[in-house]
Amino acid sequence: MRELTYTAAAREALAEEMARDPSIFVVGEGIGQRGGNFNTTTGLYDLYGPMRLRDTPIVERGFIGMCTGAAMTGTRPVVDFMFVDFILDGMGELINQVAKIQYMSSGRLKMPMVLRGSIGISGASATHHSGSYYPLFVNIPGFRVVVPSNAYDAKGLLKTALRGDDPVMFLEHKALFNQKASVPEEEYFIPFGKAAIVREGTAATVVALASMIRKVNEAADTLAKEGVNIEIIDPRTVAPLDIETILQSVHKTGRLLIVDENFGPCGIGAEIAAQVTARGFDDLDAPIQRLNGVHTPTPYSPPLEAAVVPNSAQVLQAIRDLLAE
Amino acid sequence: MADLSKEQYLALYRQMFEIRRTEEQLAKAHQAGLVHGACHTYVGEEAVATGVCAHLTAKDSVFSTHRGHGHALAKGVPPREVMAELFGRVTGCSRGRGGSMHLFSPEVGMMGTSGIVGPCILQATGAGYSAKLMNTGAVGVAFFGDGASNNGAFHEGLNLATIWDLPVIFVCENNMYATEIAFSYATRNTNMAERARSYGMSAVAVDGNDVLAVYQAADEAVRRARAGNGPTLIEGKTYRTRAHSEGMPSLGTYRTQEELDAWKARDPISTYKAKLLQSGAAAESDFEQIETAVQRLVDESFEFAKNSPYPDPSTVSNHIFSAS
Repeated sequence: MRELTYTAAAREALAEEMARDPSIFVVGEGIGQRGGNFNTTTGLYDLYGPMRLRDTPIVERGFIGMCTGAAMTGTRPVVDFMFVDFILDGMGELINQVAKIQYMSSGRLKMPMVLRGSIGISGASATHHSGSYYPLFVNIPGFRVVVPSNAYDAKGLLKTALRGDDPVMFLEHKALFNQKASVPEEEYFIPFGKAAIVREGTAATVVALASMIRKVNEAADTLAKEGVNIEIIDPRTVAPLDIETILQSVHKTGRLLIVDENFGPCGIGAEIAAQVTARGFDDLDAPIQRLNGVHTPTPYSPPLEAAVVPNSAQVLQAIRDLLAE
Repeated sequence: MADLSKEQYLALYRQMFEIRRTEEQLAKAHQAGLVHGACHTYVGEEAVATGVCAHLTAKDSVFSTHRGHGHALAKGVPPREVMAELFGRVTGCSRGRGGSMHLFSPEVGMMGTSGIVGPCILQATGAGYSAKLMNTGAVGVAFFGDGASNNGAFHEGLNLATIWDLPVIFVCENNMYATEIAFSYATRNTNMAERARSYGMSAVAVDGNDVLAVYQAADEAVRRARAGNGPTLIEGKTYRTRAHSEGMPSLGTYRTQEELDAWKARDPISTYKAKLLQSGAAAESDFEQIETAVQRLVDESFEFAKNSPYPDPSTVSNHIFSAS
């Protein structure tokens, strides 16, 4: 099977859906002829022109609000925000309008808006270009929040996002952009709320997101050589969250670690731990553990930056600690 | 006077009168405890919504702000659905999920009022974008007050609508106060039309208490938008004669009795009626007929709203997402 990068796979999803549905348009800074800062729209401007590949001024609140009105009136906007940090200027529009329009209108209006762009710590981007923020959106009723960890998922999940009628935060970790995976030529969709069992095992369950999957896999390789088999689960979407798959895994393994680059307090790991404790307490042989990025703004200097992201050695140690409980 | 048929003249009167009577009924209902939350009335500003919405069809979209009852009514939401919504009933236009500040009726192009000042400007811009992309000939209309004009949404929305030549009408109801902060305090340039022109768009200031002046300005703006010639800002200079919100003092510390009385003397409904009578465009009996019919409609609407059931609490989580 052919291999595509994460970016190319997501771009193919967008291109397929734009070809199918003339009501889809993309807004963002430099997403027209330039093809996007991260090549998210390369080649599409020549096919669809400026109304559907709409370069904007630097106006995040403005284009989110504008796309809200567009989504209410029969079109399907894609906000290509480049860095998730940038749309914090539009947080009022997102939380008060985008997330609530369907509810306020008693379901008579739809909100088919996809907001996509980069998250995560990578390449000395410093603190205004390194945020992730997904727990903020999970906390708000009304958002679908997608955090793909590989090219195959990126394509299938973006296809689902572009067909749905709900607002979707589609968050792409920048450390993954150039990573390749097998992506079939045939069309496929990945439903929201369906976790992937990345690796099967019985000794412990590790739930990981986005760029952490690779690090957990490396640790699992090491442990496998020692005869210890770890189960790795990638939720793929954090809203909705597939807690059932996690519970089933914990039922089998009795141990749970959640590895997330994003902050610990009130984070995804806290939510998963609370739900597993409530519903799977009798299955647990050890306290649930979390490994998170350091709760700090993201520093610039490479040694400082490296110190805030969980690394392979820390992941391995965290699993060993969990197994020793 | 504008060159309208007698029916058109009277339709404008009827619409303003319907808004006025509905608002007065809501104010009474608020005092009686039937309105559970806030209630910002549109009394004194009826000419603006009426003059603009007379040019709109159901495919045109209106986005409004916290003082939005008049916009919903003028866009075609029946008074009984507005009242029932404020009473928290399942028959309300938002099925009890919105209240005074979240009136939705997409069936008639009422795309919502908002408790947050500013977003309607951006959303109307987006409706204009949809119309242009899908080539529907529709327009997006934002109603907002002078208070919103000092918000970032005003700058961002007006600029985007202008650079992309979107079919949008920005209707600024300058009632001189953002809640209780005077517009003259809040900006060094109180000339709204001039501010709008600085983005490169067409703009006009009219007497917002003169329904015919608003009607004519909106006619031109809507024609311009539908012809693909871009957005227009209309400033209607007007005044709310009741308190910012029901239950608050009508004068407060920010305005005088003399100012209030002067504006009441320029009431958009009674001055329009006098003008039509004086010009012979309509007779006293025409008005009696309208006023009786509207009063009956408002009375029936009130009874309907008051006797409607509350929503079923078991539905509280419905409609968070499209499939629920």
